[in-house]
Amino acid sequence: MSSEPLHRQLGLQDDELDLIRDTLGRDPNRTELAMYAAMWSEHCSYKSSKVHLRTLPTEGPSVLVGPGQDAGAVDVGDGFAAVFKMESHSHPSAIEPYQGAATGVGGIVRDIVSMGARPVALLDPLMFGPLDEERNRWLLEGVVAGIGGYGNCIGVPTVGGEVRFAPPHSANPTVNVLCVGIARADRLMTAATHTPTPGSLMVLYGATTGRDGIGGVSVLASATIEEGSEGSRPSVQIGDPFAEKLLIEASLELIEDDLLEGLQDLGGAGLTCAVSESATRAGLGARLDLDLVPLREEGMEAFEILTSESQERMLAIVHPSNLEHVLAVCAKWGLATAVVATLESGGDLDIRIGGEQAARVPALSLTEKAPVYERLMRPIRPNGDDPTFASFESDLDEALRSLLAAPNVASKRWVFEQYDRMVQGQTVAGPGSDAAVVRVPGTMKGLALSVDGNGRYGSLDPYLGGAHAVAEAARNVAVTGARPLGVTNCLNFGNPERPEVMWQFSEAVRGMRDACLALDTPVTGGNVSFYNESGGSAIWPTPVVGVVGSLADYRLRVPSGFPIPGLAVYVLGESFAELGGSEFAETVLGMVAGAPPALDLQAERRLQDLLQEAAAGDLLASAHDCSDGGMAVALAESAILGGHGFAVTLDGDMPPHVMLFGESASRVVVSVAPEREGSLRGLAATRGVPFRRLGETGGPRAVIDGMVDATVDELTEVWERAIPRLLGEAS
Amino acid sequence: MSARIGVVTFPGSLDDRDALRAIELMGGQGVALWHADRDLRGVDGVILPGGFSYGDYLRCGAIARFAPVMEEIRTFAEGGGPVIGICNGFQILCESGLLPGALIRNRSLRFVCRVVHLRVETTRTPITADATQGEVLEIPIKHGEGQYVAADDVLDRLEAEGRVVFRYCGPDGETSDDHNPNGALRAIAGIRNRAGNVVGLMPHPEHAVDPDVGPTGGQALFASLFTHVMAPAR
Repeated sequence: MSSEPLHRQLGLQDDELDLIRDTLGRDPNRTELAMYAAMWSEHCSYKSSKVHLRTLPTEGPSVLVGPGQDAGAVDVGDGFAAVFKMESHSHPSAIEPYQGAATGVGGIVRDIVSMGARPVALLDPLMFGPLDEERNRWLLEGVVAGIGGYGNCIGVPTVGGEVRFAPPHSANPTVNVLCVGIARADRLMTAATHTPTPGSLMVLYGATTGRDGIGGVSVLASATIEEGSEGSRPSVQIGDPFAEKLLIEASLELIEDDLLEGLQDLGGAGLTCAVSESATRAGLGARLDLDLVPLREEGMEAFEILTSESQERMLAIVHPSNLEHVLAVCAKWGLATAVVATLESGGDLDIRIGGEQAARVPALSLTEKAPVYERLMRPIRPNGDDPTFASFESDLDEALRSLLAAPNVASKRWVFEQYDRMVQGQTVAGPGSDAAVVRVPGTMKGLALSVDGNGRYGSLDPYLGGAHAVAEAARNVAVTGARPLGVTNCLNFGNPERPEVMWQFSEAVRGMRDACLALDTPVTGGNVSFYNESGGSAIWPTPVVGVVGSLADYRLRVPSGFPIPGLAVYVLGESFAELGGSEFAETVLGMVAGAPPALDLQAERRLQDLLQEAAAGDLLASAHDCSDGGMAVALAESAILGGHGFAVTLDGDMPPHVMLFGESASRVVVSVAPEREGSLRGLAATRGVPFRRLGETGGPRAVIDGMVDATVDELTEVWERAIPRLLGEAS
Repeated sequence: MSARIGVVTFPGSLDDRDALRAIELMGGQGVALWHADRDLRGVDGVILPGGFSYGDYLRCGAIARFAPVMEEIRTFAEGGGPVIGICNGFQILCESGLLPGALIRNRSLRFVCRVVHLRVETTRTPITADATQGEVLEIPIKHGEGQYVAADDVLDRLEAEGRVVFRYCGPDGETSDDHNPNGALRAIAGIRNRAGNVVGLMPHPEHAVDPDVGPTGGQALFASLFTHVMAPAR
């Protein structure tokens, strides 16, 4: 490694070095090389993904801020904006799960704050290898403790997420974090509304700068993790949630007092990224004096100060006339401040240390002029028989119990009880619901939030994996009665330099694109996490999608569980013989094969429109998405969550196990008061959504005529105990 | 006139706004107090809210006890003023010596956020005066260090003097290990000082007043507090 030339050690290709030479008209020095290596890393530059991401729809009447800023924003009405974004912290979490996950939370929260929004909700989609391996249990426990340890300490409720398990995630856990904030729409901090001029100052505030996290974006996030990766532990940052809490309050006060011309968090690539992006947005250059940066330790070199990823730091752009006021607000919150740079005309970053020039590069060359690649793609199609046609003669009751105990389906209480879901006092529905619902303070509105991704579908058909992720996340929002407004995503894939991975990526993006267009949910931003592989074995292609929706009156939220006895149970949507890629096929038949369920995006749209209309008319007593484990699991969960049993009949020309456990898309189990059945049927017929009356709620038992008969208490026990049992904490 | 209840914000306080909102929702007047001030602004009662004051990196509440506002609160408490410490506030009261015992890491060694049942053990506090002894309230907990511990003789004295205010219990009021979420000795969820005006509890009544977002077991406690401070002959 040490015999390699410096640029390669830093993760730059030979032709990228040539491009830097062309830009500068000379050889870059060591400091400049480190800056380019960080900014042109896959993590910062999106150089492999950009050509594909550009095909996603990003505009619509609700979109206030699209991709390209720290976070996207949609208009939720009443003068408020929901600001949201998802990011991955998988690589650091694989090395050091607690700090990796904790700093992932910290980073995304600062992204939301830098848009001028108060963070109001966190959701964490997580994927691990099977829990029978000790290392996976260690990773799960560490990641969950890290998310709780950080999130609980900063007063932002964790209201939802996903936890899934699959063998390919053993070496590479997937740790994504979505943060949602609320701001007055007219007070958003965007490049369009805030225009600094030459002479404006860059104020660095928050924590001091140390040697932690150097090379985080290039060494950790943009390369595969191999044996001996413990050596990269120094590249994992260490979080200080108390400092973050002070940063949030101080930043929001600065914005409230209208003291800033710009605000940026210091995340990947540290000061280099914050200064170059701020300058780029202003269309200016900057003169940065590294001697003014408060340091944690002595003797730090220029490149270290510039690329350190020390946490809990922000960079504010301040007009000199406001400086005194800004420093006073930071002092009130006990935060260190330093005026480190001045914006200048021209477009160069002129960086000084010890009175001498350390680097001089055009700001744009680090940001918008970073290389873009159209990487080679090669389709791969998985082999294997479709499990829809496998024979199954065993006990259906037992199969349902196996599914309820499957870690993908089982209750995630062990996880979410470690998160504060109620701080801020606005959580109408927290973890364990189809979508979380948080109120917008001072209004009757609720934000409905969901994250979804199914790597198994992605592995079998990445196009459908991407499309299903959007459809399911939006459906989960729609079952609460909310209107899906916008999408953020975190795209978790292997090494993009492998043509098969690149093809999977492009297919997943194509699937998301089609679904976003059909459902009218533009993409407002997101994150790409490549290089999730070890020893040539990648994670399943896992596009994770977050959807933010708006509920006009949070009191009309539709719950997931059967709330009372005596309701009619219906399924909305059509069932087909589809067991490909299902939880049943994997858990019970031991097969990951076949085609994932087909997805008719127009039918999906009609279903979601119907759900919103029915909820607004108060027609639905409950609504629960039919997904992992199919209709049987959706019915069982409705009973478990509501505490009331049911008796239903399923008929059709499919084998019973296909009827019970097939995962046909665009279906929802609902319960309806008898006097509203007529209205619901009429509405469904008008909207062109197929429906079928299955039976009624009530009693202590869950009965599917001739197929399943168990008490709700038994099923609850199986569902609740599964994960504690796998962790050795329950019998 | 409505009751004026101060809520102290320390750096790292998290449920301060929630406590203020609960006070207003219940018909009181919330007054924001700042840790660095030596002024209680003439409030009728004080709430030390939940959170992680100063990060709680040393020991929960260990630094907050030195905050300038705490001197005023000590004087206020000595004069009989009601002081209610919730979660981190309870930890601060123990660190300050205003209440005996300590709160250590949960038995599970994990943070736990859950709605629990509490049995009211005494009505001789400002927040339980209007409740009935033995009444069961539903209130959430959310803490990593909520296991109440004290020496046996201290616990015996607390019991003998009727200073255990709340115990964790089941829905019917029965105490058992299954219903003890953090391993607290004798299932203690809250205690009071000898005079009865200083109360510390781990559960969060401020998250149990608004039926749209949670249970309502905290309503009775706020109502009691307001009645108590507005009573003419306090």
